[in-house]
Amino acid sequence: MRHGKYRFLAGALIVPLTLYGVFVLSPYLQAFQLAFTDWNGVSDQPRSVGFGNFARLWDDPLFLAGLRNNGLMLLVVPLAVIVLALALAAGTRGTKVYRVVYFFPQLLSVAIIAVLWQFVYTPNSGLLNGALSAVGLDSWRQSWLAEPDLALWSVMAVMIWSSVGFYVVLFSAAMESVPDDIMEAAAIDGAGPVTVFRRITLPLIWESVQVGWIYLGIAALDGFALVQIMTVGPGGPDNSTEVMGLGLYRTAFTFGKFGYASAMGVAIFFLTLSIAVLLLRVTKRERVELA
Amino acid sequence: MNLTRRSALAGAAAVAASTGLAACATAGGGDDDKVKQGDTSAENPLGVSAEAALEVVIFKGGYGDQYAIDAGASLKQKFPKVAVDHKGIQGVGEVLQPRFVADSPPDVVDNSGAGRLDLATLVSAGKLTDLTSLLDAPSLDDPSKKFRDTLMPGVIEDGTFDGKPLVLNYSSVLWGVWYSKSLFAKHGWTFPKTWDEMLTLNDEIKKAGLAPWTWQGKYPEYLNDPLVSLAAKAGGFDLVKSIDNLQPGAWQSPAMLAAAEAIHQLAVRGHILPGSEGLSHTEAQNAWCKGQVAFIPCGSWLEGEQQAVTPAGFDMVMGTVPALTGSDKLPNGAVMAASSESFIVPAKAKNVPGGLEFLRHLFSQKVARGFAESAKALPVVTGATEGLTLTSGLGSVAEAVKAAGPNVFSYKFRTWYAPLSKALDDATGELATKRINPQQWAERVQKAADAVAKDSSIVKHQR
Repeated sequence: MRHGKYRFLAGALIVPLTLYGVFVLSPYLQAFQLAFTDWNGVSDQPRSVGFGNFARLWDDPLFLAGLRNNGLMLLVVPLAVIVLALALAAGTRGTKVYRVVYFFPQLLSVAIIAVLWQFVYTPNSGLLNGALSAVGLDSWRQSWLAEPDLALWSVMAVMIWSSVGFYVVLFSAAMESVPDDIMEAAAIDGAGPVTVFRRITLPLIWESVQVGWIYLGIAALDGFALVQIMTVGPGGPDNSTEVMGLGLYRTAFTFGKFGYASAMGVAIFFLTLSIAVLLLRVTKRERVELA
Repeated sequence: MNLTRRSALAGAAAVAASTGLAACATAGGGDDDKVKQGDTSAENPLGVSAEAALEVVIFKGGYGDQYAIDAGASLKQKFPKVAVDHKGIQGVGEVLQPRFVADSPPDVVDNSGAGRLDLATLVSAGKLTDLTSLLDAPSLDDPSKKFRDTLMPGVIEDGTFDGKPLVLNYSSVLWGVWYSKSLFAKHGWTFPKTWDEMLTLNDEIKKAGLAPWTWQGKYPEYLNDPLVSLAAKAGGFDLVKSIDNLQPGAWQSPAMLAAAEAIHQLAVRGHILPGSEGLSHTEAQNAWCKGQVAFIPCGSWLEGEQQAVTPAGFDMVMGTVPALTGSDKLPNGAVMAASSESFIVPAKAKNVPGGLEFLRHLFSQKVARGFAESAKALPVVTGATEGLTLTSGLGSVAEAVKAAGPNVFSYKFRTWYAPLSKALDDATGELATKRINPQQWAERVQKAADAVAKDSSIVKHQR
């Protein structure tokens, strides 16, 4: 019987594991291999260039611009999303209607979100400038996506808008699992809502927050689709919204340098990995066991 | 610690990959079951084997692929036993990249559309057939005329890389400044002949309550076209060559600086519709079609692209970019023209003679005429549109070709050096929003050109 079980397990897993190996792992490995070559995408004899591609990264202005912008996104987006999501989740506890509303953006694909917001930001007939004029703030009208100082912030606003809903739902679910008697006890002891949130709710849902932090950190290192569809250039104006993913895509498919693009991919891979590990360490807290 | 262990593991994996997997994504095929060239004759100058199959892959975009189907049918009339396998697809690059890598490409490819394969890369990898034998073959319609003599000026040059003709483009694209004939008639305006006249007229247009210019700000290359056209007119063919050959200081030459200044003036004098820098091509073009703006720079595909939203009686016309100065090196009708829809015969195609013969049929009068009618674009075959009733825009484009005669110029750096054209786009976007001045613009682009010249990983070309 036992033997039969293992044989069954092995038989059942061999197909998915092979598929995973062929279609997920092997491309990764190939990217690592290509990162050390000058493959141009069509030649059958790529030459090895050693660490040359990685050395180039350090004085590639576009890659560095991407690194800088992704870095800023990493600082702003996770924090903003988590603060907003916690506030909204705590503020609208118990009303399920809001949760559905917040979750709406999650149902749209990134491409649709990008196109919609591009229309919102359109200079002359866009919703945002129209709204500003309607309330008499004509002087605030801007070419939102065409001003180097504003473009990245406009993109980040969309990123935040589109992810907050998911975390509101995640955090409200976590908050609901906090036992009511603890809350009641705190209330009887005279704790105000802020103290309750800081001393009780937040520690008890910390694991969800930690997960959110890591996911958002990884998402902040991407941003490719929004930038590609929404921004001037894309990646502009004047590279002010350049992100690493876009640089990788352009290097491979516009400049025909697949080897160098693979090196970018490998660099991004290790960067993402390090940041995930780092966030796990930084956000580590003692686990609170619920009775 | 976790991090070091994982990176060590990944490093080990990378080493393993570079040795063990060393022929996966880039494995070569290289089986030599090629169709041999048959006997040549007056009827069959390229020596097509009468029975070999022919595989044709066509980009099916704005122009459709009916013209290529017609060419296949025309070839079959002559060689009834040749099985033509026609595929009209959109993502040419995605579909064909693995086949080029494996050296089993189709016999003819229309390498066009957003997802096309980078031509410079294909060329430097030696993946294309030299088309000289086709160019020297007699044309299909008139055996006393060589194939090369049936094409518009500049077409062969467009597809020539380091002296070798490797690509043949099918559709002729001209760049100019577009306006509405009826709108101009209503206000009594005439299209300016010099840039000074342009600026004067712009002031007048402003007084009439219209914005003089708009541009497709989201894609700054649209404004580069009038800019580099102005420079080419002032500096002549020598300037165009010096730019393409990455000569030091070419972008800072007087003609180029004056052209940047001319475009900068549009911004400085407030001749550009506010917000244009944030508009997509459709948004800008629609504003122009609605009559809010007088001029827009664009290529000759504009009429086809705007078909659905152009009001009746708008009568769009493409004017050639005005002269930059009174002492321009090129005469007034000179126009920037290039061709698109790049047809190639891969070097490793099974049936190279068949592929070349297909192109001979494709570039025949009958098929080209059909293209002008179905695709509403100008084929590069001379005389193909004669006798056809052309729409207002296409008619003006055909006239511009005629007026220009041999004074047709085109830059190559866009195809040759994609990183340079990206740097130029960025700089021109900044120039048009007054965030940099012409000197800074020239400095930036020159720096990018110098960087390309220095970069040993980029294959260089000369013209």
